[in-house]
Amino acid sequence: MVIKMWLNGKLIEDVIDADTLLLDFVRKHGCYSVKRGCETANCGLCTVLLDEKPVLSCSVLAARAAERRVETLEGVREEAEEFGGFLADQGAEQCGFCSPGFIINVLAMSKELEAPSEDEIKAYLSGNLCRCTGYMGQLRAIKSYLDQKKAVVS
Amino acid sequence: MNSVNSGIRKKDAMALVTGQPVYTDDIAPPECLVVKVVRSPYAHALIEEIDQTAALKVPGIVCILTYEDVPDQRYTTAGQAYPEFSPYDRLILDQRMRFIGDAAAIIAGESEKAVDRAMKLLKIAYRVLEPILDLRQAKDSDIVIHPEDDWRALVEVGGDPKRNLVASSMDAMGDVDAALAACDFTVERTYRTKANQQAMMETFRTYTYLDAFGRLNVVSSTQVPFHVRRILSNGLDIPKSRIRVIKPRMGGGFGAKQTAVSEPYPAIVTLKTGRPAKIVYTREESQIASSPRHEMEVKVRVGADKQGVIRAIDMHALSNAGAFGDHGPTTVGLTGHKTIPLYARAEAFRFSYDVVYTNHMAAGAYRGYGATQGVFALESAVNELADQLGMDPAAIRELNMLRSGDVMPAYYGETLNSCALDKCMATAKKMMDWDEKFPARDMGNGKVRGVGVAMNMQGSGISHVDTAAISIKVNDDGFYSLMTGAADMGTGCDTTLAQIAADCLGCDVDNIIVHGVDTDISPYDTGSYASSTAYVTGMAVVKTCESLIERIRKEGAGALDCGYEETEFDGSRVSCLKEQKSITLKNLANQAMCGNETALFATESHYSPISPPPFMVGMAEVEVDMETGQIELIDYVGVVDCGTPINPNLCKVQAEGGLAQGIGMALYEDIVYSEKGKNYSNSFMQYKIPTRLDVGNIRVELESSYEESGPFGAKSIGEVVISTPPPAIAAAIYNATQVRIRELPITGEKVFLGMKENE
Repeated sequence: MVIKMWLNGKLIEDVIDADTLLLDFVRKHGCYSVKRGCETANCGLCTVLLDEKPVLSCSVLAARAAERRVETLEGVREEAEEFGGFLADQGAEQCGFCSPGFIINVLAMSKELEAPSEDEIKAYLSGNLCRCTGYMGQLRAIKSYLDQKKAVVS
Repeated sequence: MNSVNSGIRKKDAMALVTGQPVYTDDIAPPECLVVKVVRSPYAHALIEEIDQTAALKVPGIVCILTYEDVPDQRYTTAGQAYPEFSPYDRLILDQRMRFIGDAAAIIAGESEKAVDRAMKLLKIAYRVLEPILDLRQAKDSDIVIHPEDDWRALVEVGGDPKRNLVASSMDAMGDVDAALAACDFTVERTYRTKANQQAMMETFRTYTYLDAFGRLNVVSSTQVPFHVRRILSNGLDIPKSRIRVIKPRMGGGFGAKQTAVSEPYPAIVTLKTGRPAKIVYTREESQIASSPRHEMEVKVRVGADKQGVIRAIDMHALSNAGAFGDHGPTTVGLTGHKTIPLYARAEAFRFSYDVVYTNHMAAGAYRGYGATQGVFALESAVNELADQLGMDPAAIRELNMLRSGDVMPAYYGETLNSCALDKCMATAKKMMDWDEKFPARDMGNGKVRGVGVAMNMQGSGISHVDTAAISIKVNDDGFYSLMTGAADMGTGCDTTLAQIAADCLGCDVDNIIVHGVDTDISPYDTGSYASSTAYVTGMAVVKTCESLIERIRKEGAGALDCGYEETEFDGSRVSCLKEQKSITLKNLANQAMCGNETALFATESHYSPISPPPFMVGMAEVEVDMETGQIELIDYVGVVDCGTPINPNLCKVQAEGGLAQGIGMALYEDIVYSEKGKNYSNSFMQYKIPTRLDVGNIRVELESSYEESGPFGAKSIGEVVISTPPPAIAAAIYNATQVRIRELPITGEKVFLGMKENE
């Protein structure tokens, strides 16, 4: 089948098998930031934005994204660098394999929730697994990032 | 200019956080054949016939390999220095299947779809045999898992395949039975731990191709590139000189990738077909056919006098190697050798062990490497002993703990030179408000909060074995290239080694570029395991910098026409002390690239005759629902002595991450088998590693001692951080509920049943 979608702001068209997963589709189109950490929708590594909402691209058919807007970390480079800097300052990217999906979800959270509490942050991101950091450094990075954003706004 | 002891960003940080394509699967050429392994559905079986007819007809299938196609040469996939302690007991493909998931055939094809289809069509007839699934029934069973004649051990470790023994040994000092009999209080208990999975986010993966010279190039997510070269040479029966191993960025390892789990499969496909080939393990394969922690049953006898002085420790470990002996003889050593020395007043100890084959997946190396299992057993037993004595478990440790200057008979007689374990305990008590909270508080809402404590040690590299070389060259304008054979698996050693070099050379860390591992180029390093990189490879950096500075000064002396002894190098220029002349490193480096015969290059190698232990104290606070047994981890405090932290941020994250893995082992990560030996914990749906909602609040502090033999006083951090949670959490749960759980993980169900039993 032929599908069209906006991938990171660019309209692309491709012929795909009907069972192609969005995860494999975006990697095929050069978005290597998107990783597969499991096959059971448990790890969150493959998170992308579909019409600005975070979804697990391992559990979405590419065909479902037809005529819609998909964004991966490659498409939000500036924001990724900004938050990523806070993560790096904690040393909390570690192996970095979960970073892209995690950062996509952090960026979605910061747009969706206003001044989230620690519990809200943990709940929002609970689907993003990380085996290296124990999550504490990630939390410190998120708090510094949100504080800085708040400071910029006020 | 101090790079050491500063929390600078990792050199690769911004590439990683912006999602650059730097991992194995991202850089594999698209023309790679897809390689998959057909796996045995039986725990113990012999292949009688393989019918490839239908599978070969699938369009796009390039080759199917069976046991008839592989070299008849047994080898080990354990990444260890040669001669390996692990037995040579494997073939790339064998006729005998030894666990559910064992490799029965390899299929390579042009597309994943084609390979998947062929896997369904490959007909394998098995003669099903009775398996051994219980480690307690393995030794001297009628069922023999390795009956083959060509099983071989390079090092005598007490193994005997006819008895299903991978290794067996004993180490002792004094008369432990007499010493225990003389104790006023003794505890005798058995503790059990499971075959936990490292569960690094990037599963095992490798691609291979032949280069212009016909050599096999292996790009792989591995902690042990140099060992992989030897392992493949052994398994494939080709010379080591025909193999090159390259390690890109890695998505974690934690020991899993200290075994060549995935490398042999694409390698043999490339050799057979001449084509590039790639394997990417599914999470399921990573869960059922990989290299997890050794399941263990550890019996402990420990005794003390009335004052609480621990007089004798007796430990026996039964370790489950699974189908193959990778890391079996070595992991178990740590179970006693890295726990018994913690109690320095003991006058007698005995540590004995059996490592057995069973029909489960082979175990391997997982952070803590056998010590973790021993720490759960001994620290839990000491907590039970303190309870018998009516003593505060923190106090019994303070009374007995290892201190600087102590000789450690159970640790190869090494003398302890650096130790801040006492400070770790004091700080942990303060952070936890231990004296207030111990043992438990009724919260008045049907919930009780308890606290528990444990302490542990690890090593820093393998003494007399681990070897690391570092090369550094001076380039144009005076920037340096540091070449290392140590594998950065996300821990940041490419950065921390540069931090050490920067302080030695007196420059900014950005003036040093680091080249990760390529066995054709990198100087030799045993690899990133056994907590060796900061301590062993770090010292190689120090030595190399000293040599390089000599060379820079010599070159400078020539350029300034001044005696070598009169020169000084301050990091940016060589000066002649007598005549107020100097030349910048930039000019010197540029001059060295024209009409010059001195290479501004140095390489030095290092090993250590000792393995100075880092230490940790962990304290847990849990809340238990007294109606349901449900456990919530509220707070975990960890205080580490890793010597000088080369990069405090990275040390802290190592500690937090290690604790989270230990918390997973303590509370969530279970391995469940069917009665036929199928591993049901084969996905993240069943094998629950902790999410950010499951780890409570983890708080880490560093209490640094100074280790004279390490770079800038550093010891290791990577492994010591994982082991305290199981015993500390078990003790906290006991203090809340009076229920002792001696088998991990500690679930609400077990606590509930325990409370019912106590009623």
